[in-house]
Amino acid sequence: MWVLGPIGFTAPTLLLGLLALPVLWLILRAVPPAPIRRRFPGVALLLGLKDEDHQTDRTPWWLLLLRMAAVAAAITGFAGPVLNPVPERLGEGPLLVLVDGTWADARDWPRRVARIEELIGEAGRAGRPVALVALTDLPASDLPFQAADAWARRLPALEPKAWEPDPAALAAWATGLGGDFETFWLSDGLARESRAELLEALLVRGPVTAFESPRAVLALRPARFEEGEVRLTALRAVPAEAAQVEVAAFGLDPSGIERQLATAFLRFESGATEAEVALSLPPELRNRVTRFALTGQRSAGAVTLTDDSLKRREVALIAGQGERERLRLLSPLHYLEQALEPTAELIHGTLEDILLANPDVIVLADVARLTAAEAEGIQAWAEAGGLLVRFAGHRLAASDVSRDDEDPLMPVRLRAGGRSVGGAMSWGEPKTLRPFPEGSPFHGLQVPEEVTVTAQVMAQPDPTLAERVIATLADGTPLVTRKALGEGQVVLFHVTANAEWSTLPLSGLFVQMLERLAISTRPAEPEATDLAGTVWQAEEVLDGFGNVREAGTLAGVAGERLAEGRPGADMPPGLYAGEDRRIAVNAIGAETVLAPAAWPAAVTVEGIAVAEETDLKPVFLTLALMLLFLDVLASLALAGRLRGPRQGLAALLVLLLLTPRGAEAQTADDFAIAATTEVVLAHVLTGDPTVDGVAEAGLRGLSELLFQRTAVEPALPMAVNLETDELAFFPFLYWPVTADQPTPSPEAYAKLNRYLRSGGMILFDTRDANLGGFGQATPNGRKLQALAAPLDVPPLETVPPDHVLTRTFYLLQDFPGRFASREIWVEAAPPDAEQVEGMPFRNLNDNVTPVVIGGNDWAAAWALDERGVPMFPVGRGFAGERQREIAYRFGINLVMHVLTGNYKSDQVHVPALLDRLGQ
Amino acid sequence: MTEAAALRNRAEALAAPLPVLLAEAEHLASTVLLGEHGRRRAGLGDQFWQYRPATASDEARSIDWRRSARSDSHFVREKEWQAAQSVQLWVDDAASMRFTGDRNRPTKGARARLLAMALSVLLIRGGERVGLFDEELRPGRGELQLLRLAEVLSRPEAAADYGAPEARGMLHHSRAAFLSDFLGDPAPVEAQLTKAADRGVRGALLMVLDPQEEEFPFDGRTIFESMTGAVRHETLKARDLRSRYLERLAQRKARLQDLARLTGWQASVHHTGEPPLPALLWLYRALERRR
Repeated sequence: MWVLGPIGFTAPTLLLGLLALPVLWLILRAVPPAPIRRRFPGVALLLGLKDEDHQTDRTPWWLLLLRMAAVAAAITGFAGPVLNPVPERLGEGPLLVLVDGTWADARDWPRRVARIEELIGEAGRAGRPVALVALTDLPASDLPFQAADAWARRLPALEPKAWEPDPAALAAWATGLGGDFETFWLSDGLARESRAELLEALLVRGPVTAFESPRAVLALRPARFEEGEVRLTALRAVPAEAAQVEVAAFGLDPSGIERQLATAFLRFESGATEAEVALSLPPELRNRVTRFALTGQRSAGAVTLTDDSLKRREVALIAGQGERERLRLLSPLHYLEQALEPTAELIHGTLEDILLANPDVIVLADVARLTAAEAEGIQAWAEAGGLLVRFAGHRLAASDVSRDDEDPLMPVRLRAGGRSVGGAMSWGEPKTLRPFPEGSPFHGLQVPEEVTVTAQVMAQPDPTLAERVIATLADGTPLVTRKALGEGQVVLFHVTANAEWSTLPLSGLFVQMLERLAISTRPAEPEATDLAGTVWQAEEVLDGFGNVREAGTLAGVAGERLAEGRPGADMPPGLYAGEDRRIAVNAIGAETVLAPAAWPAAVTVEGIAVAEETDLKPVFLTLALMLLFLDVLASLALAGRLRGPRQGLAALLVLLLLTPRGAEAQTADDFAIAATTEVVLAHVLTGDPTVDGVAEAGLRGLSELLFQRTAVEPALPMAVNLETDELAFFPFLYWPVTADQPTPSPEAYAKLNRYLRSGGMILFDTRDANLGGFGQATPNGRKLQALAAPLDVPPLETVPPDHVLTRTFYLLQDFPGRFASREIWVEAAPPDAEQVEGMPFRNLNDNVTPVVIGGNDWAAAWALDERGVPMFPVGRGFAGERQREIAYRFGINLVMHVLTGNYKSDQVHVPALLDRLGQ
Repeated sequence: MTEAAALRNRAEALAAPLPVLLAEAEHLASTVLLGEHGRRRAGLGDQFWQYRPATASDEARSIDWRRSARSDSHFVREKEWQAAQSVQLWVDDAASMRFTGDRNRPTKGARARLLAMALSVLLIRGGERVGLFDEELRPGRGELQLLRLAEVLSRPEAAADYGAPEARGMLHHSRAAFLSDFLGDPAPVEAQLTKAADRGVRGALLMVLDPQEEEFPFDGRTIFESMTGAVRHETLKARDLRSRYLERLAQRKARLQDLARLTGWQASVHHTGEPPLPALLWLYRALERRR
């Protein structure tokens, strides 16, 4: 390999052939045999005479150059040019290729693999045994030195992991290294404490070369929820110039499809390594967010999963007392609202609507009676995981709900009436609360002294009662009971939600209890002690590239390990579900700081980029062939043999050679430009050449008349293929209906509907008004019905006498074409259009009618041939000419209507406007 | 000297069959030396030429009373103008004259010298004075002059590619003959002819060409060189040049003819492939028959 700049040659000796080029030059000049020297006195007369066919006899310089270039290209091609040749790396002995294999590697993993492949390939060529080790996936035993090919085959299976190497395991592995070897370390470029130790161990064994990618490492810290906003912090390792990264929030949309829900930009100031943005999302949206990811970053570090800490629960509050006006403090929901407002999303409304919103919690405050449908709905909702919280009250106490049989929506049976303690009409003191027993969700909450209960509903002593009680009064009567209902649960507070029956809603305990019931948002991070002894099951895990995958059957993770927080092979980043909540483990922790790796001077640091070794041989040989081909053509042309058909053929070939691809796009652009440069009337191609020709001629005639008489100056009409052409450019489509035209494809119909909705107009012409009135079963009429069925056509009516079409330019009442049927259908006027007293016409539609349907064969009446003479007779004699004139006037009115809308209709407002102006 | 003798011998042989060349005497004024032959016009001389009616300008003593007595009017007796004519020759001795297209053909120079010498012989035998346009060989007569002529003409040729006539000692109203291939620059020729016309000199231009020069029978890539090699022209297809070369040659000939016509000279072409006698005849007649 001989390297010249960025190009190397595999067979450089062949390049010596280039030295022969000057010789070739002389030969290729095609000079005749050596000249004869002649003494000839007549030479004086020859002086100044040029050889007449000098051009052919001596090869023109450009042709010579062409041939030389061809030969040079061939020589160069055969010399095996290689762009960016990979320099040979010299080295001996075993080679250890070390990959960090962390999430930070994922950003340019293919390049790393390419580099590894190249390093391994080199080692293989040098016969060195190779060991490939990823630090996140340490080999169990000694260094696995093998032949390079074996590693090359296994290379595709190498993947970056979403976690960082375990320092302890790494240290143990480093101390266990033995033997002498060279190390190539493909670093992910992040500073890590374990790195220095390992490097030391490796340097003992042999030289170390590090490979680092210059590409910036970006990472995203877990999202925090603060003051109603989601705060996101992006990190980068190198404090470089100011930069901006986009972060996107992903989540399921209501139909369960994952979508990008929101995006924001994070701006790194110059020299800063952190960038923060506060994302204000509507709670609906925020609750759906499953992860945030930096766009364009393919690594687990750039993805942060969200868990329950970000979610705000939706709580629906329903009170029993209809809409009676009450004092606010007596409202059964007031205290709940106060308690939940800061931490949850509250939903009010009827039960039906609420069920549709699928809230997390439904609170029924003193609701006794539910209709069967409501009860069913709530039950289904609760069984699907909803939390139903009920508060007692007079109504519940007075009702028969769950009296004899346990209501599915009540945790316990209730005794009639309830009880009142410590009131004016009862004995005893108001009851206080007993400390919460172990196993209760409220366990651990401090019970304030001042919480007293004066009235409550009483639970029937059932066998299941004991296990359903989660809070009791000092005398042991249940205060809060709970039962599971499918996936969800029902909780009953045996007191009211207001301060009528107890002081509980007045105390802080109320809020804490609601929190414990997961009605309101919990604190973000669970304490280690909370997690102790629990087992968490991964639901989703992140791979090194930041892709979310189903966790499958990963082993459960102990709560202690989860509390530790640092992901590893035993706990990949992902979403872990516990008993009643989910916790996200992210590759990047809340305190993670990124820093670039620092290498001692003993380590050579190289770039990771493998300049792609490109074999240029085919390029050069192709070039040589093309040049030779051109040479053939040029030689033929010079020899005067490129005449007649050969000339055409050669031109064709050259054109083929030179024709750039993408000519189709060109035509589409041309079409768009032609259609939009000026106003263009268009007609739909029916496939019948006669009809299309008449339509074209008709629109041409109409365009001419418009040009002569109005300010509309249309260009030549265009034919539109519904399947391929864009319709949006045309204000007006003329669609002659033939019985046998093909039905447009669904895409074409979508296009047509879009066209109609966005203000376009189609004039359907069945051209058969001579056969029968519109709507009667002519073949064209039936075809029109078939054609128009999928169209988004509003209700139609025959043109009323005060339709704006009758006065957009000319005052008309008839709309004849070649035939003079009066049945023209347009969009129906709104039913409430009333004629105002003194106005000549009603205030009708505020839009252009999207379709005009008739059968008068207008195009035939409009059609002009090239000389401007009408192509078809209309009527007889002067009356016929008059009819043609009216037909033109109709066409002009129609185009005016399309272009100006209901401008003329707005004249109804003129008196009002004048009045307002004080005239 | 042997060469000069040989030249003379050959010239003598060539000149032998010709009648004595009697160059017509046109003017007498400058070349007052009378020759032996009349000039076929009235003038100073010994032999009767004609009687003509006397005019008022004639002196009375010039009237031939004997003739006048035989008629009523007066006649003047005129005698034929007899004068020895000076003929000066220029034989091109440039390198181009050394050319011959065939070994069996004489060079143009040799043919030109032969013609010049033969002409000299004829003229001298006719009593004319012959010389060269050269200071050292003024027109003279007699056998000795022939020897001198032969000697001068046999000298080694000049080095120049193309000769130019150098008529330094051109005598008024004399005769001159230029023998050359006239392939060089025509301007000196033209200048000399104009000068000659100014001095009343008449004469002949004989273009001596090799047949190859006339036919241009060449083909293929050729480098044409002048005889000294100083001028060269390369062509890839000599055949293609032929027509244009011939055209130029014809132009050159036409130009010489034009020049000759304007100055009262005569011009002709002689090819070395042809026998020299017709050329000598033509020269002889061109110098003789001028009226």
